[in-house]
Amino acid sequence: MLLFFEQLLNGLQLGITLFLMSAGLTLVFGVMNVINLAHGSFYMVGAYVAATVAAHSGSFALGVLAALPAAGLTGMLVEALVIRRLYLRDHLDQVLATFGLILFFNELVRVVWGRQPLFLDVPGWLSGQVELIPGAPYPSYRLAIIVAGALVGVALWWLIARTRLGMRIRAGASNLQMVAALGVNIRLLNTLVFGLGALLAGLAGALAGPILAVESGMGESILILTFVVIVIGGIGSVRGALIGALLVGLVDTLGRAFLPDLLRLFLPVAQADGAGASLASMAIYILMAAVLAVRPRGLFPVSHG
Amino acid sequence: MINKTIAVAAAALLLGAAQQPVALAAEPVRIGMLTTLSTKAGYLGEDIRDGFMLAVEAEGGKLGGVPVEVSVEDDERKPGKGVSIAERYLKRDGAKILTGIVFSNVAMAVVPKVVREDAIYISPNAGPSRLAGKGCHANYFNVAWQNDNLHEVMGKYVSEAGHQRAYILAPNYPAGKDALAGFKRYFKGELAGEVYTKLGQSDYAAEIAELRAARPDAVFFFLPGGMGINFLKQYAQAGVDVPVFGPAFSFDARILKAVGDAAVGVHNGSQWNHDLVVPANVQFVHDFREKYGRMPTLYASQGYDAARLIASALKATGGVDDLDALRAALKRADFESVRGRFAFGNNQHPVQDIYVRRVVKDDEGIRNETVNRVFEAHRDAYAADCKL
Repeated sequence: MLLFFEQLLNGLQLGITLFLMSAGLTLVFGVMNVINLAHGSFYMVGAYVAATVAAHSGSFALGVLAALPAAGLTGMLVEALVIRRLYLRDHLDQVLATFGLILFFNELVRVVWGRQPLFLDVPGWLSGQVELIPGAPYPSYRLAIIVAGALVGVALWWLIARTRLGMRIRAGASNLQMVAALGVNIRLLNTLVFGLGALLAGLAGALAGPILAVESGMGESILILTFVVIVIGGIGSVRGALIGALLVGLVDTLGRAFLPDLLRLFLPVAQADGAGASLASMAIYILMAAVLAVRPRGLFPVSHG
Repeated sequence: MINKTIAVAAAALLLGAAQQPVALAAEPVRIGMLTTLSTKAGYLGEDIRDGFMLAVEAEGGKLGGVPVEVSVEDDERKPGKGVSIAERYLKRDGAKILTGIVFSNVAMAVVPKVVREDAIYISPNAGPSRLAGKGCHANYFNVAWQNDNLHEVMGKYVSEAGHQRAYILAPNYPAGKDALAGFKRYFKGELAGEVYTKLGQSDYAAEIAELRAARPDAVFFFLPGGMGINFLKQYAQAGVDVPVFGPAFSFDARILKAVGDAAVGVHNGSQWNHDLVVPANVQFVHDFREKYGRMPTLYASQGYDAARLIASALKATGGVDDLDALRAALKRADFESVRGRFAFGNNQHPVQDIYVRRVVKDDEGIRNETVNRVFEAHRDAYAADCKL
């Protein structure tokens, strides 16, 4: 039982990281109707900048603070130089172009920082464990990620539901031409939304830095999960991204943790372990298939005008 | 008049005949290196190449006194790409010696082709079991290890250190299964758990929680590259105080720099370390650091040894024209390996000592320190299946 709660927390933490990634991606898709495979590159840029700044200044917080504008500006630059030319193109063209961006950023990172994976450690005051549940110490840093993610979620909700910018973003998601006709500077709005998405990805990368290897190509492994999340949640919906991310995080973690044990009830141990491991890596895709079978446009579909 | 003409012609012929060997000797021996230079794993190929070239440049572009020309190409970790590069080396360049492959799946695609074409392949890294056992070949030499070796040594060491319950963990792919099989071959205790994770997995929180609940007294993992960095960082943050063991692959100089303090105290198995007191090794480590400004990894040491092995054979044969002589000379392994004693077994894989190292932190940073020699003149488990 103890273990179950601990794994729930682990799942929650993975879900929160995924939420930071997918919120940005789903906004970009919802407002601009662009499939951006290079979203993982902003995650990587965030992690690299955080690691570099933290190494030079000795402060992790400073590293994260530097990563936000770095990733955001990179995103805005990419929007202005590349993405802007893709709005009216086919989705296939967008996939091709942004896939090219992935290769470009991975190579750029190798040129600038070299092949050596960077070192980024947990800040001292977060390096211990907390006994949230007696008998199951939990890394404080992972708790901090959960808290940070929840705060970002609230801020994002406030931004989208309560501010003028958010109103425009919502309007842009349902009918971009109409918003333009009403005199809103669409070009600026697009750049801002794209920058916001990149900034969130950069934050996810900077926060993941102390847990993961900061290396070229680190964005791709999380990008796949991110796409699963936004498909489950409904493309374009931030609320969907939140629910989808938590679902994927929980299913993935709990599947890895408990499927082998569950199968042992019916199968011999060796077979159960083998099948459990395979099934666990499929679990989120099975979840996605199940969701799409019932709700073809995801849990929270966004209607386009 | 006719006599004179004949005399001139004969003289010309004689001259030509005399010149021919000279001309041949001036033509350098071509060596084709195909290795992984791109992708996340690119540093492995980079180190193999740099180690190899260090030996070539130390002799001023020669190996064993014979001029060589080394071409290097990136296989991008793709078997198909590896095969096409190898074909180019063999057909276009007429190379008789190939080397460089990092990954077993690339080796399995390339090596059988190369050896069938009457060319020599010298492996500086990958050692899949097939090529050590039933699939061994007179033209294939492995100068690094058989894949299982560095796991076997940890199985023996963990047992000898008195641990009874091990929790073992590897990615769910052939090399991961081989790794755990190698560990289990020499581990005498019971298993608290045997877990196969997704290849390329980045978050290990679930596995670490399971591991703690299983109460093992030792953890053995094989998670190459970034996966190992992730696991070690997360393991340290989780505050589990069960000792960790692994093969050298997760503890080379570059990975240690990225993991930091989280790796300190971990024991790992390796056939080489920078602190082995062997004259060839002292020289190698010194020269490598001077030339490239970084610590060599075990991959660099293997690249260096591959070049020195080729040098020893070329010194004996003077070239690659007589393949039988070249094979015989390679098999003698008449060179000073950076790991000390080195010989080839019947399957032309190393018979060598294997060590356990411990990660320590001192003024020089975080590095490996040799603890002791666990295997003496260790032979791989597949040699008996080889008909050579």
